[in-house]
Amino acid sequence: MSLVSEGADLRGASAAASGLGLAEPSLATVGDYIALLKPRVMSLVVFTALVGLAVAPGTIHPMTGFTALLCIAVGAGAAGALNMWYDADIDAQMVRTSRRPVPVGRVKPGEALAFGLTLSGFSVVTLGLLVNVLAAALLAFTIFFYVVIYTAWLKRATPQNIVIGGAAGAFPPMIGWAAVTGSVSLEPILLFAIIFFWTPPHFWALALYKSDDYRRAGIPMLPVVAGDVNARRQILRYTMILTPLGVAPWVLGFAGPLYGATALVAGAIMMVLAWQVLCERRPDDRASKQLFAFSILYLFLLFAVLLAERGWGGLLARLAA
Amino acid sequence: MNDRDKDEGIVLTEAQKRARRSRSIAIALALAALVILFYVMTLVKGPGVLIRPI
Repeated sequence: MSLVSEGADLRGASAAASGLGLAEPSLATVGDYIALLKPRVMSLVVFTALVGLAVAPGTIHPMTGFTALLCIAVGAGAAGALNMWYDADIDAQMVRTSRRPVPVGRVKPGEALAFGLTLSGFSVVTLGLLVNVLAAALLAFTIFFYVVIYTAWLKRATPQNIVIGGAAGAFPPMIGWAAVTGSVSLEPILLFAIIFFWTPPHFWALALYKSDDYRRAGIPMLPVVAGDVNARRQILRYTMILTPLGVAPWVLGFAGPLYGATALVAGAIMMVLAWQVLCERRPDDRASKQLFAFSILYLFLLFAVLLAERGWGGLLARLAA
Repeated sequence: MNDRDKDEGIVLTEAQKRARRSRSIAIALALAALVILFYVMTLVKGPGVLIRPI
């Protein structure tokens, strides 16, 4: 029996036991439903979407911009809820995710599914009606990609799960850009590429020191399937692609010198940490933890400086004038 | 079991009633926010609200 069919059986048993969770009175609180939206992931999505929206050429009414960000946030949250519905069986087996509302039984699988589908529909339709159709189509594709391609297919099927699935997390700045311009060009594709190539070193660093958790849950993360040493090599390879990409907006003239300097310094630190991860052997996990933590700061720094430098026609330049 | 017991159906506990009430208030607030959002965006867009080029 494959991992996917086992998961489907568990979900089916859970749904049958509770009648999809709709017959029994629910004890779920508003806080449980907010937890389904994965607020921490949502905050990063909103931030990168804000940068895409702010650096895009042209103007957007502040209320329209707010609506776009709200829809992107709700759409990301809906994808998170659908992910928690589908992955309830494996979430229950991992320490990091075992306290989520569905595995502990506070939210029933049917409730999480209905919640996710409702919010997905509302976020995409509202974005299409109030902002523009391209942004709505990109948001719909992002939700589909995260839930169907990544969660339901790749995550349990291949060690390349987070490489391909990482595209879902890379779309928000492109959606923000499309909300302003109604089109997609090289700049948002570059922002997409930065997040896309940032995802593997970020998640594999986590998977290195959580590999027992992933092994127990039967998720074929790279360190579990291909081995510890191979995963460390892959982290360094992807970091070697990421760091030049991080500098590319400055080289291509989309960003200024402050961004260039930040990307160079932060990229150099990423490379050093990735090298230390390569040299490290378990049970030591200090370098892996450091790389995981710094990778979050790396992405935040790049986008924050880009926002300050280019956002709304050059926020820094206006403040300096 | 007498007829009276049969008609009772599902009886919510106090905790379930509190949880349901908080969920109902949250849904009401979300719907109100959606109405206000569409109202304000209609004012922002003006006549252009019906023009939505791809």
